[in-house]
Amino acid sequence: MRPCERRSTTDFLAQWTLVCILIGAPLVTGRPGLRADEPADRPKSYDADLEGLVRKGQASAVKIYGAGGGGLVSYQSGFLVSPIGHIATAWSHVLDVEPVVVLDDGRRFPSKIVGFEPRLDLAVLKIEAEGLTHLGLAPELPNLADPVLAISNLFGIASGGEPASAMHGSVSSITRLDARRGTFKTPYTGTVLILDLVANNPGAAGGAVISADGRAVGMLGKELRDASAGVWLNYAIPSQTLRQAIADIVAGREVVAAVPETPVLPKDRSHLPLTLGLSLIPDVLENTPAYVDRVMPNTPAARADVRADDLILLVDNTRIDGQRTLLDTLRRIDRRDPLVLTLQRGSAIITAELNP
Amino acid sequence: MLLPLCPGLARWTNPFRVFAIAVAVCLCGSGSGSLGDDPELTVDPRIEEAEQRRIEAINKAMPATVSIFIPGGGGGGSGVLISPDGFALTNFHVTSPAGSFMRCGLSDGRIYNAVIIGIDPVGDLALIRLLGRDDFPHAEMANSSQARPGQWCLVIGNPFLLATNLQPTVTWGILSGVGRYQYPAGTLLEYADCLQTDASINPGNSGGPLFDENGRLLGIVGRASFEKRGRVNVGVGYAISINQAKNFLGDLHSGRILDHATLGATVATDSEEGGAQISNILRTSDAYRRGLRYGNTVLEIDGRDVTTANEVQNVLATLPAGWRVPIVYLDSAGERKSTLVRLASVHAYDELLLKMEAALPPPPPQSPPGGDGDRPAPDGGEDAPEKDAPGENEEKNGPGPPGEAAGKGPKVDLPPDVAAQFKPRRGFANYHVNLLKQRELMAALRDQVPAMWGSDKDAPTPADKGERPVTRPVWRIEGVREGLDPVPVRFYLDDNRYEITLGDKVVQATRLAELAEGVDAANPSGILAALEAWRTLLIRGTEKFGECFYRGRVPYLGERPLRDSLVGITGDFESTWLIHPESRRLDSIEIVADRDLDPAELLLSWGDEKVGYPTGLELRYGTESLLKVKIISWAFETRTAAEGAADAPPAPQPQGDQVQGGDQ
Repeated sequence: MRPCERRSTTDFLAQWTLVCILIGAPLVTGRPGLRADEPADRPKSYDADLEGLVRKGQASAVKIYGAGGGGLVSYQSGFLVSPIGHIATAWSHVLDVEPVVVLDDGRRFPSKIVGFEPRLDLAVLKIEAEGLTHLGLAPELPNLADPVLAISNLFGIASGGEPASAMHGSVSSITRLDARRGTFKTPYTGTVLILDLVANNPGAAGGAVISADGRAVGMLGKELRDASAGVWLNYAIPSQTLRQAIADIVAGREVVAAVPETPVLPKDRSHLPLTLGLSLIPDVLENTPAYVDRVMPNTPAARADVRADDLILLVDNTRIDGQRTLLDTLRRIDRRDPLVLTLQRGSAIITAELNP
Repeated sequence: MLLPLCPGLARWTNPFRVFAIAVAVCLCGSGSGSLGDDPELTVDPRIEEAEQRRIEAINKAMPATVSIFIPGGGGGGSGVLISPDGFALTNFHVTSPAGSFMRCGLSDGRIYNAVIIGIDPVGDLALIRLLGRDDFPHAEMANSSQARPGQWCLVIGNPFLLATNLQPTVTWGILSGVGRYQYPAGTLLEYADCLQTDASINPGNSGGPLFDENGRLLGIVGRASFEKRGRVNVGVGYAISINQAKNFLGDLHSGRILDHATLGATVATDSEEGGAQISNILRTSDAYRRGLRYGNTVLEIDGRDVTTANEVQNVLATLPAGWRVPIVYLDSAGERKSTLVRLASVHAYDELLLKMEAALPPPPPQSPPGGDGDRPAPDGGEDAPEKDAPGENEEKNGPGPPGEAAGKGPKVDLPPDVAAQFKPRRGFANYHVNLLKQRELMAALRDQVPAMWGSDKDAPTPADKGERPVTRPVWRIEGVREGLDPVPVRFYLDDNRYEITLGDKVVQATRLAELAEGVDAANPSGILAALEAWRTLLIRGTEKFGECFYRGRVPYLGERPLRDSLVGITGDFESTWLIHPESRRLDSIEIVADRDLDPAELLLSWGDEKVGYPTGLELRYGTESLLKVKIISWAFETRTAAEGAADAPPAPQPQGDQVQGGDQ
């Protein structure tokens, strides 16, 4: 790795601070949406110079290679959140196959998807490695106008041991996505950090947005375009939102297992799509997605408002990557028990509790 | 002026920027502001200092920035002045639609005519010269190898050709990555070891400068990643490193159309142990002759470590064709070896010219910009998103009158000052500058050894080729072989009589072709070929030597400072003279007889300046020293060329060809 040439930190410090001082600005204006409840003098650590900060971000960044095609790129970004190889990234088509992860030092690893949270567009991968540089996740939202760095492998510019790309900017706005109204086609409807840097490019999703103190304050989201204005959005999902889900997955509290531990029940005692009132699209592929084809009237599925064309993502906490997994999972659940389906309907993520 | 997309973009980003700026003005302008109930907000002196430094950097960098406009509304771009006499760097793809002549505006509000000097289509560089002053503001060059991601940088230029008031646009950002490689379109416009920045780069910034935070020149902006957002900044711009430009600058001054270097071997990254292993090597390459073989691991090229195939290409692609550079490698026994390797050209000569023509955009009225059509969209590779060069094509969408010609279409009349500095010739962007360099070097060679070449250098040459009143000195050189067996050595050079005496062994030749055979056989008579080429050049000058041209600047034995390189081609061999850039001393003469064999290389050492001839000669083939001679005396017997010609057998003399082969 290139040695990071340390220069007098005050140079960067001063310029970095120039941007940082803008933090005070929102408080002056008192606009709605600004977080006046935050103490303005919240201590910040500026002991890292900008080059060092970039280097730390790059060292924690990973390149993720998986599925693509049909105009979709087959790579994205991620960042290490634990020294033992947990990686936060965006939940996307790239993860349709077990992805390959390339670290900043060029090492390649196969990875496992240890958990994902479709409502947050979040997935957590795990590689078998130790002693890795990683980023802490900020528990609080950044302030408006806070300077940030975005570290990602946008456009797949870096490969192998080449460091990821760094971009600078600030938090322009902290707001909620208008996703429910169809302005942005995304399942995520929570708070986002709007950035004044052109961060959300092909391959950038899953990249880290880091603050001046070297913590991740957000994760770059997938590319989003305003359906009416045609403008591309530059945004990140705040760490504050992701933190608990990541922690739960890393701690094993929210294990999304592909194969449940419970035994397979006899057919007449377990759930089946038919007992729930569902039929799926014809199973013609090796791994046909679990799309609902029809919902029978007066069945648990109908009562829970499951609809045709819904894609089944989760049954309880089990990740459904195709119809076979769905059948296998249902066979392990007692027919008399309720279950929760997590569905993708268009861009929205919906849960439905099915009571037999 | 703006592309249709821009207003939309401006609407999107402006509220934030305006907001930020408003706050900045509020804070910095008044020096205090109200923060809730706090009465005073003092500005940290470090902030004021940082702001001041940024202002100074911009003030330092701005005057050297050039806004380039192609006469007739054919587009334009940006550039940067690098010397007080008006030389400026820009992109090949900015100058190519213009051909030989551009108009350039500086931030002082003045407009200058500029003439093309040299072009590097593969590396997307061009050297132009602004005319009319010898005190142009110019940029100080940084060392771009020391650039690191995260450093602040600024881009100044002419985005969207906005600088119609000649005030360039400043954008500020950080270096997002260094040592980046961006695939070429075909084999042109390859960006290797380039700098990536998030400072806004838009069409029209092409060719302009990327400065470091202190206003020193880091690179030449030329390319951006553009995808579905349209042809505007998406946060990823690339600049050719200024260190690459430094490698090519000497060659660009030659007025030639330049090519890039290739090793004559391919390398692959060893998937298990790492390292760049040779996966294929041409037997005719110098690398092969120097001992590199299939499976060897390349460790260093030109002093830079390489550990992957990508890094090898990243280094090679920043070097001009024909350079000789040190290479360190592990041989098949795993032993570390160092050697010097001559790098070949990526293209055959005609191939490059053809590709260049193809890369030129079509004449304006055709609406699909040529670049898009010519450049394959590399969307096949997952890691190769579509990238395209901004610049000439985009501006064509602007308001340029459609009938007006850019490029090599209908002739634009050159203004007199440009016409005086321009001379077309195949293979050259501007042969005029090459001629000037030839004359300058010829004068330096003659000044160094006035006695060696006769007296009447300024005598007019008669039109008839038969008899010329030029004296042709005969050279008699006496010396001693250095080394274990110090025998006397003598050389005798006359027209059609070349003789070397080594101890009691005498070798004679009457024709240059025999000397060429000696070079092929790597024997000591190579020294005669080199001396005779030198003698003939001194006597005849570049005009009458054969086909002569100034090649540019190349390393000498793989080392800097780069030496001026003068090339002369005759029917028998190609000769190259390497001249020290400061002392103007002739360091070596190289004779190529067969391209697939090692040339003879005569290294000259000069002791006391007043002696007027070299004090030592060393003949080398490859990296092996064959003969070292300490010179005792160097006598010149002058007589007229007519006398010499009388004795000579008429047939295989090169002079006849050379006289008529001289340029117009």
